Amino acid sequence: MTQKPEPMNEETKSAAENYAVIMRDVHKWYGKFHVLKNINLNVGVGEKIVVCGPSGSGKSTLIRCINRLEEHQQGEIIVEGIELSHDIKNIESIRREVGMVFQHFNLFPHLTVLENCTLAPIWVRKMPLAEANAVAMKYLERVKIPEQANKYPGQLSGGQQQRVAIARSLCMKPRILLFDEPTSALDPEMIKEVLDVMIQLASEGITMICVTHEMGFARTVGDRVIFMDNGEIIEENNPDDFFLNPQHERTKLFLSQILDH
Amino acid sequence: MDWLFLDAAFTGGSRDECSAKAGGACWAVIGERLNLFTYGFYPAAERWRVNLSFVLLIFTLIPILFEKVPYRKYALHIAVAFPFVTAWLLVGGLGLTPVETDQFGGFMLTLVIGITGIGFSLPIGILLALGRQSRLRAIQIFSIGFIEFIRGVPLITLLFVASTMLNYFLPPGVTFDLLLRVLIMVTLFASAYMAEVIRGGLQAIPKGQFEAADSMGLHYWSAMRLIVLPQAMKISIPGIVNTFIGLYKDTTLVIIIGLLDPLGIGRASLADTRWTGLSTEVYLFVAIFFFISCFGMARYSQHLENKLETEHKR
Repeated sequence: MTQKPEPMNEETKSAAENYAVIMRDVHKWYGKFHVLKNINLNVGVGEKIVVCGPSGSGKSTLIRCINRLEEHQQGEIIVEGIELSHDIKNIESIRREVGMVFQHFNLFPHLTVLENCTLAPIWVRKMPLAEANAVAMKYLERVKIPEQANKYPGQLSGGQQQRVAIARSLCMKPRILLFDEPTSALDPEMIKEVLDVMIQLASEGITMICVTHEMGFARTVGDRVIFMDNGEIIEENNPDDFFLNPQHERTKLFLSQILDH
Repeated sequence: MDWLFLDAAFTGGSRDECSAKAGGACWAVIGERLNLFTYGFYPAAERWRVNLSFVLLIFTLIPILFEKVPYRKYALHIAVAFPFVTAWLLVGGLGLTPVETDQFGGFMLTLVIGITGIGFSLPIGILLALGRQSRLRAIQIFSIGFIEFIRGVPLITLLFVASTMLNYFLPPGVTFDLLLRVLIMVTLFASAYMAEVIRGGLQAIPKGQFEAADSMGLHYWSAMRLIVLPQAMKISIPGIVNTFIGLYKDTTLVIIIGLLDPLGIGRASLADTRWTGLSTEVYLFVAIFFFISCFGMARYSQHLENKLETEHKR
């Protein structure tokens, strides 16, 4: 089932220093369904990548492979210079550097907002409680909800919950942030507050890979837009050319569907 | 009511003396045998040890059950010593007169079996529930096999096994205290049920919670302890308490292998010619004891559910 990853060669090593994520010839199957086909993608340090495409095209699977929530079966993925393998220590050290924001927030409902934010720093980074609290409050201020710190997630609106989720990821001081359709589960009036936070983050130099259909966001912050369909990367380009001058038929069709309504 | 209190006789040396005094219930039988009901055949001179254990039990339970207790953190650490101290107090040795466990009886026996079962079946049940979902095949097979075997066999059968057959498996000359065997069997029995109750709770936790924990780089045990189990246990509270209550009442089954729990003491009392025919009084008394304990557990579980629930509502 699984092909043993090849040892990292010299070329890869030097490339790893310039790239936050390197995906080379990555394939993934769900049973017989070929969900990722020959993915080649290099993400530079500090680069903002927007991944879009129709539903079922494999874009969520793609970013979930980066922190090993999904396992790839062929090819290699190198994150922050560490190659993903079956070694759980390897996986955990990558996950410490890679934050993830989910479509459905996935906050811990039995913990307060503050506890949600301090949990990983305390237990994974072994940070003292007082310091973790200070860090958490700093990021809660960054996402503009410090006053909610002692509430439970169930007491917040969707937009507020998603901002807590972003703060929670930031508390681990990750070098890469993955966003998996962060605004898709939100009511329209809450989308802006989350996007504003993400736009602000983008200006701070963190590497971001973002699955989203928010084309305004893609144009504002994206360095590159990647269009996926049927498990393949069909087209990648800078946002202006991608939207104004799409090359591929399927891209044109997709853009016409999401823009002309 | 009249029968219970107004027309009842509270003193007397036999049933005939009671009926001479009043036409209602004859509580004298309980009064005369209260020590037997409480301590079984525990030597009278050593009963202070049982009393002390009971006081220790109260002091251990308070910080465990209630959050707003001063110095709760330290009290919880000390609570770990409770089972060992109590076992020493009750069984003796190390400076105390040894008391054979076949002299245990009455409410004291119920509490010993019930609390041991409750205290140990929860952690074992959690491990079994996690084991059943483990990706390690060996652990999974062991957990499933254990749970299904124990659930498939009546408790009475296990108690019989404990009282008789274990001797055949052990090398000759090795004796293994009967009460200890019963404690182990009752605990294992409750653990299997507990595991399934907790598994139900685990399955109710959305996949996103596991993914969020994973994506932060938490280890399996940290993720379970900090994120999954607190939520799963909260969902499982009614089932857990249900199992506790079932186990507590099942302690009366030990009568079958010759241990005298309150019900056994009651039967023995009724066999006394002076008290024959007073089964209503005796069994009512035992029933009230069980009802108070079980209702207490049920109320506490309600309190716990309410406390944990309000935290999530607007």
